[in-house]
Amino acid sequence: MNFYGVKAIYNFEMSRMRRTLMQSVLSPVISTCLYFVVFGSAIGSRMGDIDNIEYGAYIIPGLVMLSLLMQSISNASFGIYMPKFSGTIYEVLSAPVSYVEVVLGYVGAAATKSTILGLIILATAKLFVDYSVLHPFWMLSFLILTAVTFSLFGFIIGIWADGFEKLQIVPMMIVTPLTFLGGTFYSIDMLPEIWQAVSLFNPVVYLISGFRWAFYGVSDVHIGISVGMTLLFLTACMAGIWWIFRTGYRLRS
Amino acid sequence: MQPDISVKNLNKVYEGGFQALKNINLDINRGEIFALLGPNGAGKTTMISIICGITNMSSGEVKAGGYDIVKEYRKARESIGLVPQELSTDSFETVWNAVSFSRGLFGKAANPAHIEKVLKDLSLWDKRNNRIMTLSGGMKRRLMIAKALSHEPKILFLDEPTAGVDVELRRDMWEMVRKLRENEVTIILTTHYIEEAEEMADRIGVIRQGEIILVEEKSRLMSKLGKKELRLQLQNKLDKVPGELTLEPVELSEDGYELIYTFDSQQEQAGVARLLRTLGDIGVDYRDLRTRESSLEEIFVGLVHE
Repeated sequence: MNFYGVKAIYNFEMSRMRRTLMQSVLSPVISTCLYFVVFGSAIGSRMGDIDNIEYGAYIIPGLVMLSLLMQSISNASFGIYMPKFSGTIYEVLSAPVSYVEVVLGYVGAAATKSTILGLIILATAKLFVDYSVLHPFWMLSFLILTAVTFSLFGFIIGIWADGFEKLQIVPMMIVTPLTFLGGTFYSIDMLPEIWQAVSLFNPVVYLISGFRWAFYGVSDVHIGISVGMTLLFLTACMAGIWWIFRTGYRLRS
Repeated sequence: MQPDISVKNLNKVYEGGFQALKNINLDINRGEIFALLGPNGAGKTTMISIICGITNMSSGEVKAGGYDIVKEYRKARESIGLVPQELSTDSFETVWNAVSFSRGLFGKAANPAHIEKVLKDLSLWDKRNNRIMTLSGGMKRRLMIAKALSHEPKILFLDEPTAGVDVELRRDMWEMVRKLRENEVTIILTTHYIEEAEEMADRIGVIRQGEIILVEEKSRLMSKLGKKELRLQLQNKLDKVPGELTLEPVELSEDGYELIYTFDSQQEQAGVARLLRTLGDIGVDYRDLRTRESSLEEIFVGLVHE
């Protein structure tokens, strides 16, 4: 195990976050806070409770999840795309590091960043909305598991992308709509039956549902299924990365 | 002695069918400076990229430092430092952090004293806290070398290291390369500046269209393939080469004041003596004579255009 190699990549990526604090941390925190202000404090006070939970508190897990998914993908995809773009990837490819170590460095840093961000958003939410966490351990576990899974997904996108436009396509065109339609602002029980069935094909439903269960003990789908689906996606991402390194796809010609 | 780099039957065929390397066989010994010469697109960078692990080989076997670059890639890569042709740097990072990053990446514990030495040797110490984007092109080139030396490699690849750098920096680099060689570092150099190879290399390899067409010690190469030229400046103008000189390949300069005799540097020198004797016999007087050996550049141009 090249511990120093993993540490070098990890520290390098974390120092990039420190350099771009405005973009990496402040920007997502502020935009999520705006949701809390508008949907939680302003409109939320006029909305009815869902599953006996105040609307402002009900949307917190979904909004944290939205930021977590977006930032995990963005951090990891940008982290590996930039060396490809600037040409400095030669150094990683020629170093005595295995692909597991490369992934540990890049994905570990991306997941750390988005987990920290998720916790900052949760802390900030307290300023606007009153909420409690029923299962703190599971909340934190879900937060980390989702951050790791979507950082792996972001890593794949970063390898696949051959331009800045492609880096944006998946988060903006796929993840955002899936999150908005995945029960961030509502319970899928509130949808007509046909749309409830359609929603079950949206993987984000399971993430938000599981995360909300950790907060309030209520969920759209069973917590076991949520964890199972997240682990399934994690496994799929790991398989994708294994294939990338085995074939050298867009890394080694 | 086991070679430091051993390449056996190496082939590289890119997607689309282009064969960049054709059955390359090459051994490079520990502590030698090996210059790999070849025109653009000959396969120099592809070969280096394969040895360093950046590009996959299609077939063959490569060992670096005695380790197979695929099966024992960690051990092999630990011993290699690479200065690539392109100036690829992290613009927002500082010089110190960039060099420290490289050392860690290659599995070495932090060693500020070594990083300081490398930066001082390359005249980068004053710039250690500067962001890379503020460095000049020459400074960035030095930085690339500092990164490659950060983990104390035993084998150093310099892929066109002095492309686009000024004369002073080029001299500094040559000096640095000599010092590295004194420490038993094996150096593989590709260059377009033939004078660089002529100045530094112990052995020369010439690659053309993906094939190694020649590997030779520099001195032997120059004596084997080099030409010598004897120029005689005449007292009086001649209209044509005297008929008595037909035994030797002698030419007359355009102004008629110079006789030029070209011969292989390995050829026995009897031709010169015979020529001078004959000139004395037929009464052709000369006021000066000079000889010149062909440069490596001329040998190289001759080889790649064969």
